Amino acid sequence: MSIFVNSDTRVVVQGITGKEGQFHTRQCIAYGTNVVAGVTPGKGGQKMDEVPVFNTVAEAKKQAGANCSLIFVPPPFAADAILESVDAGIEVVVAITEGIPVLDMMRVKTYIAGKPVRLIGPNCPGVISPGQCKVGIMPGVIHKPGGPIGVVSRSGTLTYEVVHQLTLQGIGQTTCIGIGGDPVNGTNFIDCLSAFEADPDTKGVVMVGEIGGTAEEEAASFIKEKLSMPVVGFIAGLTAPPGRRMGHAGAIISGSSGTAQGKIAAMKEAGIHVCEDLGSLGKLCKQVFG
Amino acid sequence: MKIHEFQAKQLFADYKIPVPRGRAASSVEDALEAAKELGSFPVVVKAQIHAGGRGKGGGVKIAKTVDEAKSHAQAIYGMTLVTHQTGPEGRLVKKLLVEEGLAIAKELYFSIIPDRATAKIVFMVSEAGGMDIEEVAAKTPEKIIKVAVDPLVGIQAYHCRQVAFGLNLPAAAVKAMTAIAKSLFRLFVEKDCSLLEINPLVLTADDRVIALDAKMSFDSNALYRHPEIVEMRDLDEEDPLEVEASRHNLNYIKMDGNVGNMVNGAGLAMATMDIIKQAGAQPANFLDVGGGANAQMVENGFRIILSDPNVKGILINIFGGILRCDVLASGVVEAATKVGLNVPVVVRMEGTNVDEGRRILKESGLNLISAKDLADAAQKVADLVR
Repeated sequence: MSIFVNSDTRVVVQGITGKEGQFHTRQCIAYGTNVVAGVTPGKGGQKMDEVPVFNTVAEAKKQAGANCSLIFVPPPFAADAILESVDAGIEVVVAITEGIPVLDMMRVKTYIAGKPVRLIGPNCPGVISPGQCKVGIMPGVIHKPGGPIGVVSRSGTLTYEVVHQLTLQGIGQTTCIGIGGDPVNGTNFIDCLSAFEADPDTKGVVMVGEIGGTAEEEAASFIKEKLSMPVVGFIAGLTAPPGRRMGHAGAIISGSSGTAQGKIAAMKEAGIHVCEDLGSLGKLCKQVFG
Repeated sequence: MKIHEFQAKQLFADYKIPVPRGRAASSVEDALEAAKELGSFPVVVKAQIHAGGRGKGGGVKIAKTVDEAKSHAQAIYGMTLVTHQTGPEGRLVKKLLVEEGLAIAKELYFSIIPDRATAKIVFMVSEAGGMDIEEVAAKTPEKIIKVAVDPLVGIQAYHCRQVAFGLNLPAAAVKAMTAIAKSLFRLFVEKDCSLLEINPLVLTADDRVIALDAKMSFDSNALYRHPEIVEMRDLDEEDPLEVEASRHNLNYIKMDGNVGNMVNGAGLAMATMDIIKQAGAQPANFLDVGGGANAQMVENGFRIILSDPNVKGILINIFGGILRCDVLASGVVEAATKVGLNVPVVVRMEGTNVDEGRRILKESGLNLISAKDLADAAQKVADLVR
């Protein structure tokens, strides 16, 4: 089992004929993902390798049966691409695009509230259920299929580091999700944690956060109250100076809020096994998850 | 992206938001001219730098006469202004704002911020203005009024009324305040702001509401649709190395330590800085070369790190995913050969094609120290700079 994506997932890639879109579509297909369609307005009727290209997401859904979209559209057009997927009735929308204006994402998030869609990202590596399906840009080879651990993170390469250490310890993963480094995103820690809780095969979670916002604090109180499985946590940015945007648009300490120290304290208080030294995360997971 | 107070006030004026009469000046003589143009005293001479706390640092002074205006302008222009936001090195003052002095009845706090958790745009106002708002929030939270606006519905009249009445203004000023709230909201949305703050917004003795200060910053992701805002960027206010890095699409932030580091991905870069500190050293920078880094970007990254004279050692930490380790290793070797290394470099690589990458580094003949994992890398670089 897994959450959000599995072997039945049928992917449409928005922006499939661009450089990034082409490259990652091939990587996803090589991993075993069922990519059924691509969308590039004006290029309907063409093919990218063997994948049929459509002008609109609605067509891709109707003719190819897509139920999940993977978005590589450039920032000025990305909000539009997300909304197109949502209105076409796509169930899972994964937005990789980095650099979407915050106000655009606020409108998107408000619009999709209450609709039957799961938006992951933007500014994220995507989601992978190892051995089943990869909808994103992460290197598939570092993952280990079969569970029992779920991974949720705000970062990209930091997630790869964490997954790599798990795999080296012989610990497999059910699903790994990058929720993205932007201040406004579609899926938060709590969405992922409750999905992991409902997944019979996930027996523990690794949660990777960073400075900025209060998402980790909110996740910590959720974990304390609702989660039955052990959680290992890591927070990046102990040495980050206040007021500076650390690469990710959302990674900024404002006044006394959003610090790594505050997040770590909240996580410890919630009974989360906090790893304070990334180099030893794999070993800690081995101890905690057995 | 931040702009100066005088630039923010120009935008305010474009949106019919009342600001004190006055203008910016680029020399002492020009400031004196600006003071005379106002036609009356007192006038206020304000240092224009991208940092708060200017008043306490001696960068804002009131003049009652022409002579005083001259001596204040002479004192402030060209001074290195140190505030709690500039760091101990301070900022050189190259521009002044000269404005009319006002008879102030009450100082208010006004801001508009995006709330990331709820995806709403929020007015945050308080009748306890003129002081540090975090202090107000901590001591008297009941004095802070928050009004959240749905980004799809947009600003409504009742939002503005909540703001105006919430500020406890005299009846004569309420109508003006509602209009100001509406205009500021429009400005915020139309220019893609990430922060709009006025502290203080003042009520004058004759019941006018005027923006005495103005602080604005903008969403860098949205600057592509605001060329007029990009024109306001003042490179003098930014660290020269950071400006250089941004020209090469590198995410670089200078810090005080002596271990330079280059990492792919922002989260991993922060975690790498943290582990350097845990190993007993201090990071000299944050540098994210991004997931799609090529040899050219690695070379530019090297140049920037090495331009910082404090750097005594470098840690490269790359998790090769889409970026293959062999490509990166070739880039590192090429860059190191071109730039000329004068400090030890520890390289930690993992991921796609790592064996080939390690072979390239080993056979390069350069003084590159290979680390087996992250913990090992941090320890090695910390020992080298000690």
